[in-house]
Amino acid sequence: MKAIVNVYLKEGVLDPQGKAVHHALGALGFENVENVRVGKQIVLDLESTSKESAQKEVEKMCETLLANTVIEDYSIEIVQ
Amino acid sequence: MKIVVPRFPGTNCEFDTVYAFERLGEDVEIVWHEEQTLPSNTDLVVVPGGFSYGDYLRSGAIARFSPIMKAIKAYADNGGYVLGICNGFQILLESHLLPGAMKRNENLHFVSKHQYLKVENNDNRFLRKCEVGELLNIPIAHAEGNYFIEDEGLKELYDNGQVLLTYCDKNGDPDNPNGSIDNIAGICNKERNVFGLMPHPERAMESILGSQDGVKMLEGFLL
Repeated sequence: MKAIVNVYLKEGVLDPQGKAVHHALGALGFENVENVRVGKQIVLDLESTSKESAQKEVEKMCETLLANTVIEDYSIEIVQ
Repeated sequence: MKIVVPRFPGTNCEFDTVYAFERLGEDVEIVWHEEQTLPSNTDLVVVPGGFSYGDYLRSGAIARFSPIMKAIKAYADNGGYVLGICNGFQILLESHLLPGAMKRNENLHFVSKHQYLKVENNDNRFLRKCEVGELLNIPIAHAEGNYFIEDEGLKELYDNGQVLLTYCDKNGDPDNPNGSIDNIAGICNKERNVFGLMPHPERAMESILGSQDGVKMLEGFLL
């Protein structure tokens, strides 16, 4: 089983990387971009029997290590 | 006085820190991060700068789970004095020994230069030898010093006198090198025994190196 974790800065927390990428896209002529957020993706291969237990386990990993919940949100997708 | 400096893989300021405190006549010991305990006669722990674990995931995120950090947390919870400098500050934030978090510098650059700091509060062990409003010339060197804390936490910092140092220019006017909220460069916990700052006082110990303003900061810890 695979878990795909996306970690990104919370809404309302200014994202310096997103801002720089937004600026660069504008300079390249991509003018329809309203906002850019840069995050990171962490892909985990899991030995897990059920989607539910995998989800729970990965949530725990996010809360303890993978995300800093002071400034970051995360999303988890479990795929077979 | 016994000062302990934990070393993680990727730490690179431990010798500067040892040098600084030895100049002040103190006994300093470097302790490897796999140690489970601190020396029993420890009077101060200084978590030094560097790039622990290559800054992987987030600065300080992995060092936080080193065995020595458990001992340091217990030491701090028991009232022991802990100072985190640069990456050490980031580790203390990740460990929740200090509130808030670090983001990438606003301009995404690694900034490495001398920077003036303003003393905002001296009612604590660390800055007791400095005057409120005093300016200190201290080097900074970091890519993730953009301190962030949500509104409620920020208010709490002010209410409890936990904002210790802010970035300014040589006239004392705000001058922010990294985008940190309210120009904050250093804070302490509510109990005032855990301190963290991005600038490097241990690199400002003698005028031949540009400044000796770090001396009166570090001297605050001495008995």
